[in-house]
Order: sequence, then C-alpha cells, then structure tokens
Amino acid sequence: MTKRPVQETAVPRRGAQQHRIDSVDRRRSWRRHHVMVARGALVRLRHTPVASAMTLAVLAIALALPGFLFTVLTNLQLLTSGWDTQPRIALYIQTELDDAAIDRFSRELLLRDDLTTVELIGRQKGLEEFRKYSAFADLLDQLDTNPLPAVIMVTPLTTDPVQLPVLKAELAAMAPVADAELDMEWVQRLQAALALAKRGSYVLGGLLALAVLLVVGNTVRMTIESRRDEILVSKLVGATDAWVRRPFLYSGFWFGLLGGALAWLLVQAALLLLSEPARALAHLYLNRFEPQGLGVADTLVMLAASVLLGLAGSWLAVARHLREIEPGEV
Amino acid sequence: MAAIRFSNVFKRYSSGQDALLGVNFEVASGEMCFLTGHSGAGKSTLLKLIMLMERPSRGQVWIGQQDLSLLHRAQIPFLRRQVGVVFQNHQLLFDRSVFDNVVLPLHITGYDPTDAARRVRAALDKVGLLARERHNPITLSTGEQQRVGIARAIVNKPRLLLADEPTGNLDPELSEDIMGLFEQFNQIGTTVLIASHDHSLINRMRHRVLTLRNGRLIAND
Repeated sequence: MTKRPVQETAVPRRGAQQHRIDSVDRRRSWRRHHVMVARGALVRLRHTPVASAMTLAVLAIALALPGFLFTVLTNLQLLTSGWDTQPRIALYIQTELDDAAIDRFSRELLLRDDLTTVELIGRQKGLEEFRKYSAFADLLDQLDTNPLPAVIMVTPLTTDPVQLPVLKAELAAMAPVADAELDMEWVQRLQAALALAKRGSYVLGGLLALAVLLVVGNTVRMTIESRRDEILVSKLVGATDAWVRRPFLYSGFWFGLLGGALAWLLVQAALLLLSEPARALAHLYLNRFEPQGLGVADTLVMLAASVLLGLAGSWLAVARHLREIEPGEV
Repeated sequence: MAAIRFSNVFKRYSSGQDALLGVNFEVASGEMCFLTGHSGAGKSTLLKLIMLMERPSRGQVWIGQQDLSLLHRAQIPFLRRQVGVVFQNHQLLFDRSVFDNVVLPLHITGYDPTDAARRVRAALDKVGLLARERHNPITLSTGEQQRVGIARAIVNKPRLLLADEPTGNLDPELSEDIMGLFEQFNQIGTTVLIASHDHSLINRMRHRVLTLRNGRLIAND
C-alpha cells in the first residue's frame, strides 16, 4: 500500500477493488442526498401528524401575529397619510356677528403674514355639510334656527408644536372669535402613536421570532434524541458532521416553510374578515380607502423569514446536540 | 508495510483508570491476527484507538502511513470509511431492513444507488443472507444479526477489518462459520484484526495472537 488510508482513492495491494469516486460522482451523490434527505424529513413530519400539526400551529400563530399587526399598522398609516396633516386652527365666530362682519374679519385675517390660508365656512354652508355627512341630520330639521357658528379655518405658517398653541391663544383672544381649536392635532398624535405601535410590532416580532427559534430548536432536539442510534452508527461507519446534520436542518426548513405558509393564510383570512368594516370606517372619514393585504413582496419576506428562523432553530439544536452524540461508549 | 502500528501507546481514561500501558505492535498489511486477553485487559480500548473513538494519552497509532494523532476531527469520518468494524453488539438499526442497514456505509460514501445495491447484495450473499434482505434485523437470530453486521463492515471493501468479540454470543458451530468468513476476506487481501477471548477457537485458527493483560502486551506470537 502506497497511499494514505484517509484518501479514498487508495488501492489495496491485491484482491478487493476499492471503489473510486470522482468529483462529478461526488457532486451528483451530494445532490441526490439532499433531495432524498429533504423528502425524508417531510415524510417524517407526516409520520407524527398530530405532533407536527401542533408544532406547525404554534409556529403559524407566532409568525402570523407580527405579520398581522404589521399589516394592520401599515394600512392605518396608509389611511391617515391621506389626511391633511398641516396643522390648522378653527376659529369659531361669535354667533351674534352678522355675515358682513364675519366677512370683514376674515379679510383682516388674510392680511396677517403668519397665516398662509384663510377659509371662511359660513353658517349656511356649515349646516349643509353637517346635513350631508352627519348621522344626526334629521335632528337639524327639528330646530327653528341654525345652531352652527360660522367657522374660519386658518393654516398657520409655522408647524412648530411650541409656537402653534401661542398663535392659537392669540387668535382666540380676538374679539369676534368665540373659541379656537388647533385642528388636526389628533391626526399627528395618531400618526405618532402608529409609528410607536409599528416600532412595538418590531419588538413583538423579535420576541415571537425567538419563540419560533426555540420551538423549532426543541422539536428538532427531540428528533435528534429519537434518532440517536442512527446518528451513532452513521458516525461509526464514516458519516461526516454535515451528513449527519442534513436531515435535521431539512426538518427545520420544512417547519419554517410550512409554518410560514400557514401564517400567511391566517393573516390573509384575518384581513379578509376586517376589510369590509375597515372600508366602512374609512368611508366615515371621507376617505376612499382600499385595505391592503400581504403583497407578493411581503409574502416572500414572510416566507423567507420563517424559513430562516426554522433553519436557525434547527441549527442551534443540531450544533448543541450532535457533538454530544459521539461513538465512544459503544 | 504495516497496516496497523502501535508505538508506545498509553491510554488513561479521565476516571484515572489505565487501559493501555506502553503497547507496541504491528500488524502487516494483508495479515490476519487475533487480539486476546481477559475482559478489561484493554482489547476494546485498543480497537477504539484504531477507530478514533478514543485518542491515546501518549504514543502513536498508525493506520497504513497515517499517524492518527495528526488527524483533525473533520478527517475522522474519512478514516472510518477505510476501516470495517464488526461490533460485539452488532450496532444494527431496527427501524429499517437488512438491506438498508448494510447500504448505510455506501450511502454515506456517496455511491450510485444501483452500484450500491449490487454491492449490498454481493455482501449479503457472502454472509448467506441474501434471502433476508427485506427483513427487519430484529426478526433474525443472533448469529444472523452478527452476519448482517459483518456484511455492513465489508460492503465498502475496506482494507482493514476489525471485529470486537464477533463470536461472543454464538454457539461453537456458528463461531466457526463466522471465523471462516473472516479468513475468506483475509484471503482476498483484507487485513483482519479480531478481538476475542475464545481461546479454543483462536488456537485452532493458527494465526498470530496478541495477548493483553492489564493494559500490557504480554505475548505476540
């Protein structure tokens, strides 16, 4: 014998012919093994249908929650971004003033250079709009006189949150003004809250991703335990770490992919349930709004994330437990 | 040219027990020889060192031209593919057929499935179990299980065949059969090292015998 025993091409002195495996064969057998192992891992999931279904359900819920939350928040942001967020101040005019005086006052306001727009909504116009959009339109018919004050909507030049209330107070102090309200403040607050909630959904998503990691890791760990003998024997007859690891990584892959697909279905179903009331709600806010589900890109991101989490979870389990199973005590 | 060479090998387990104390020997390529001694004399430890299931505390083990102490962990599987091992307790997997047990080493090495099937059938034919390829090994007798283990050890055509008490649980007639199988493999050039304490059988076989006592090699003839 002239060659090193660790080289597979070594030829014995006589008799038994050692099999030669060239690199093409090696690649082919590597691919074959991948296909076989992937199929085997899927078949094994079916061998324990109840346990697999429960694991998948947990994964689907853990993956669907952040997906759902994220989609809802995106939709809300989309909805509110259609709204004018330029802060406006509504000046409610004393009801005693006649239309001519109100008109004069609004012209005076136009001369101010700290306001960019001034819009007068007369008492009659206000009444018409109220009739048109409010559910309490019938109520107005019961009244003899128009109870609504005239309103002047002004857009301040500044958007500074400190200066705005100062300006509002200044305007409110003017004689014709009964009351002033910084309008659209709540839209900004809502948008800030949504941004915060979105950030929160990332945190939640992170926590749930950790849960997915642990669930897959634990499931794969149990699979490793149940196949301990097979791992030992395989290592004894020359299996590399990668070879031993492969079936378990594919288990994690399938858990991730199937869990992600189920999660996608859950999110879409939930959004379908919500879309009709959401449309109705948007309509109330004078907004033509089409709720959006998970698009192609979102779906791909969601599936990719769940596959990665499945792989990472199984990798953690495999890295931790496969080394412990070494043929020493045989 | 030595197939196996032990050079001043010591093995002390972490429990403090000394399993091997300064063992020196060589097994020539193509030779068949026995390793004997009472239980606890160090036979299993010696085989484990060859299989790299354990590492020596001191000294060197060579397989062919390879100094095992230089082998990195990642290279161990490739050494094991060169060595066929018959285990005392078979180490068969009872979740699959006889065929699937025997094909495992070929599968790991990456043989073409058709070629692998041909080799598995040849190996099973050799040990007289071709008719049982679809059976689960748990349905076989102890002797048959041992022969499945032998088929798996030789299916790869290893240059070195190790056996740890291969006839431990068998009656004398079956033991003779099994030893006959090992001799056949030896005749086609395989180096064979068999650990056994069956003295009557060993004495009939007329091969070199390495005797261990309390971790020391006390006879080599």
